[in-house]
Amino acid sequence: MIEFARNARLWFAPEEVRREGSTPDYRFSLANERTFLAWLRTALALIGGGFAVDQFLPDLRWGWRVGLALALLAAGVLCALRAVNHWVRCERAMRRGEDLPVSRFPALLGLVIAVVAVAMVVVVLVGWEG
Amino acid sequence: MTPEPAADRDPGLQPERTRLAWRRTTLSGTVVAVLAAKTALHGGASPAAVTAGALCCVLWLCFLRIAHRRIRHLASTNRPSSLGPPYATAAALCTVAMAVCGAVLVF
Repeated sequence: MIEFARNARLWFAPEEVRREGSTPDYRFSLANERTFLAWLRTALALIGGGFAVDQFLPDLRWGWRVGLALALLAAGVLCALRAVNHWVRCERAMRRGEDLPVSRFPALLGLVIAVVAVAMVVVVLVGWEG
Repeated sequence: MTPEPAADRDPGLQPERTRLAWRRTTLSGTVVAVLAAKTALHGGASPAAVTAGALCCVLWLCFLRIAHRRIRHLASTNRPSSLGPPYATAAALCTVAMAVCGAVLVF
């Protein structure tokens, strides 16, 4: 968490990132940028999923519907913030010539999505019966 | 009849791929903005919901502007410089703000 806060300063400071190390091959930077954008799309998809749950499952009880929608929206927020954080860390590691940072986040997100999917199945089945 | 700039072009088409990645991401943002508009106008359309929906559309425009500036830079040179942190942060914060508007709309 402290590491996250320290990196957050770099999010707004291009000169501080560029001061360190040497500029890597532009293709590596572009690949990093595309990875960042892919994560941003994942975040947008989660946010869109939140809207979709709210709009296209009107038969669900209010609590379930809003709870699920808010959970998806929160996952989208986390994903977007993590995307920019990971991008900065990769950019810095490439400039310093260090190993790229590893992350538990993809596994975590995968698990959360799986849990939400199972919850959806249960909710839809219960919703039909009730 | 050999085209001159082809010799200097990246054979992996990295700038083009990055440009398309920005386009795809903008398209994802469009879907979110459309869903937000639908949610805002669905059922009553209270002032708070309409405001949040309109804000989502404005955020989408901001994202479009960021993407457009980056795409213009990618197209202008054969050796584009890396994405600046303010751009990346602004793009991510647009996404976060859309989610916050979404929370207001859903609630």
